[in-house]
Amino acid sequence: MTMTRREFLHTLAVASAAGFPLGGEAHAAAINSFYDLHGFGNNVTLMHFTDCHAQLLPSYFREPSVNIGVAAMAGKPPHLVGAALLKHYQISPNTKLAHAFTHLDFERDARAYGRIGGFAHLATLVKKVRAQRPGALLLDGGDTWQGSATALWTQGEDMVQAAKLLGVDIMTGHWEFTLGAARVKELVETQLKGRIEFLAQNVSTTDFGDPVFTPWVMREINGVPIAIIGQAFPYVPIAHPRHFVSEWTFGIQEEKLQQSVDAAIAKGAHAVVLLSHNGMDVDLKLAGRVSGIDVILGGHTHDAVPDPVPVKNRGGTTFVTNAGCNGKFLAVLDLEIRNKQVAGYQYRLLPVFSQMLDADKAMSDLITKVRAPYAQKLGEKLAVSEALLYRRGNFNGTFDQVILDALMQESGAEIAFSPGFRWGTSVLPNEPITLEHVMNQTAITYPYTTLTEMSGEMIKSVLEDICDNLFNPDPYLQQGGDMVRTGGLQYVCDPTATIGNRISNMTLSGKLIGADKRYKVAGWAPVAEGASGRPVWEIVSRYLQDKQVVSAPQVNLPQLSGVSDNPGQA
Amino acid sequence: MHQIRRRLLKAIGGVIPLAAAAGAGLLRAGNALATTWNKTGFEAKAAADALKSLGVTGAQPSKDIMLTTPDIAENGAQVPVTVTSKLPNTQSISIIVEKNPFPLSSTYDFSSGADGYVSTKLKLGQTSNVIAVVKADGKFFTATKEVKVTIGGCGG
Repeated sequence: MTMTRREFLHTLAVASAAGFPLGGEAHAAAINSFYDLHGFGNNVTLMHFTDCHAQLLPSYFREPSVNIGVAAMAGKPPHLVGAALLKHYQISPNTKLAHAFTHLDFERDARAYGRIGGFAHLATLVKKVRAQRPGALLLDGGDTWQGSATALWTQGEDMVQAAKLLGVDIMTGHWEFTLGAARVKELVETQLKGRIEFLAQNVSTTDFGDPVFTPWVMREINGVPIAIIGQAFPYVPIAHPRHFVSEWTFGIQEEKLQQSVDAAIAKGAHAVVLLSHNGMDVDLKLAGRVSGIDVILGGHTHDAVPDPVPVKNRGGTTFVTNAGCNGKFLAVLDLEIRNKQVAGYQYRLLPVFSQMLDADKAMSDLITKVRAPYAQKLGEKLAVSEALLYRRGNFNGTFDQVILDALMQESGAEIAFSPGFRWGTSVLPNEPITLEHVMNQTAITYPYTTLTEMSGEMIKSVLEDICDNLFNPDPYLQQGGDMVRTGGLQYVCDPTATIGNRISNMTLSGKLIGADKRYKVAGWAPVAEGASGRPVWEIVSRYLQDKQVVSAPQVNLPQLSGVSDNPGQA
Repeated sequence: MHQIRRRLLKAIGGVIPLAAAAGAGLLRAGNALATTWNKTGFEAKAAADALKSLGVTGAQPSKDIMLTTPDIAENGAQVPVTVTSKLPNTQSISIIVEKNPFPLSSTYDFSSGADGYVSTKLKLGQTSNVIAVVKADGKFFTATKEVKVTIGGCGG
């Protein structure tokens, strides 16, 4: 095990990429050195992207300024933001890497470095890596078929075509399942067949427990057998309306996973890789309990983590990664295999700067083609924002505040709830807000708006329940996602407390919420079966059209307690 | 007879409550339903009273009991629970849902030689500990796991 050498090489690679001064790298030599990776190991390379949320075009995505970790997770990756993250990973401030990994000076740096991601630019980078590392596999961690208007309106068709052209070898899923079990099966069994392997060891039928998907595959990379196991998001029927997958059951399924790992090793795998949509905290816990996995290539929690985190278990060490979201990053993992096992690695999480990578012609053409029927409608300008609009963060974002304001104005409700999704692109100040921007925040298969009467007691228990999904000290009891955003309602939140005790001092217009008093609450994305209502994008679009100019939204944030020294907030 | 029953239980996954098996004519009722209906236990409204009704005193947690449940219930009305006892001479397995209105959900008696294995689905009204109580060689042992029941929604 060449631990020291590996760490040395890795540090070198990070350092060489981090030292670019602001605005000074537009020339070709700097661009080439940024994406030219040192060779490493013996030609066993895996590329990984995850949670692109159907963003075919380059876009802006502001990383969170609040991503609090509690209990054993406090202050540790991935719960570091801003300057604390830069310091931990020795990334220089005011560089393009600092821009890619943090929210710092977002507006200024977004204008300097341009949009990030997009499949045409990603395709160029994938080809670049494949030219340097023939035989490299490309893994997609899921949340690929959801997040844009075109993915919704084509039921994932546009993304399947783009993923095939990109050359994805293997994928797993999460939001994919919200297209419904029948559509997922149809795509897997027809379009993906023979091209992209859809793996999920943790999905089985509710009746007899039969596996729904292939759990794992062995792939030879330049003659070296590597096992890849798929782990779908474990809580699909809980986080989304259950009827989408009524005949399937999910869960983490540690024991089955261990069986797959053992089977893969018995069949001669030199390395075992888990392509996971668990979320990083869940993966970190799982890595300590399941043995024999060399690397977990993770997603779901949208954490852009520059370095793999080593986790010890009874079989050795498992390295856990998380590769960000929105198509911002391509991870490149080189393995050194010696004596039929992993002896070292090099990992790079490369931001896909669209200004530094040419658009791939074939992919651009495909994107233009799939967008053609919708492009005009999506380009419709609804309003102009004077402020930066973004979503990501534990408690609220400016774009969510726009949604909350729209819901309350439209329905006359005094309180509004908007789900704490982690996807959704950012809009720079003075940029027109288009229908496409609104769809990027709302494009789901259950977009219904609702208006319900709730007692103060009920509101409290809803907030407690959702807050526990985010801050339970046991990662296996977290579902991912952020705290529900609230309009009107204000409260105090202590993430370090237990369920029932995190939320206090709930007020509306300065008055304490009464436990028995009833309140009109607007919301969207109901998980209850049979829910209906106007799609949220209609309501937000009309609100924006009426306003024409969106001034800086008054972001309603809870007052936090118990986390004043937590480096998960900036 | 024991050999046959064990094979039968294995063949069908060992899953059926004995009463159902007896009803289907698979077992001789007089033999299978040797124990009487635990009225006090099934009507008890507190886990402690249910345990008392089973005659449990000083039960120790045992690593030889595998209690498998979801961490978060996908559907609180049907939570899959599996108990496997590797304890020698397992005589009975009971499953208690601590926070349910009637915590004792079921008791399964095993004739000697039968594998200590039960798989069933239980209704959970709220987040609760699920306790497997195994009687083996005249002594009681337990395994406990919390199952979270949530209103759901808001996934990332």
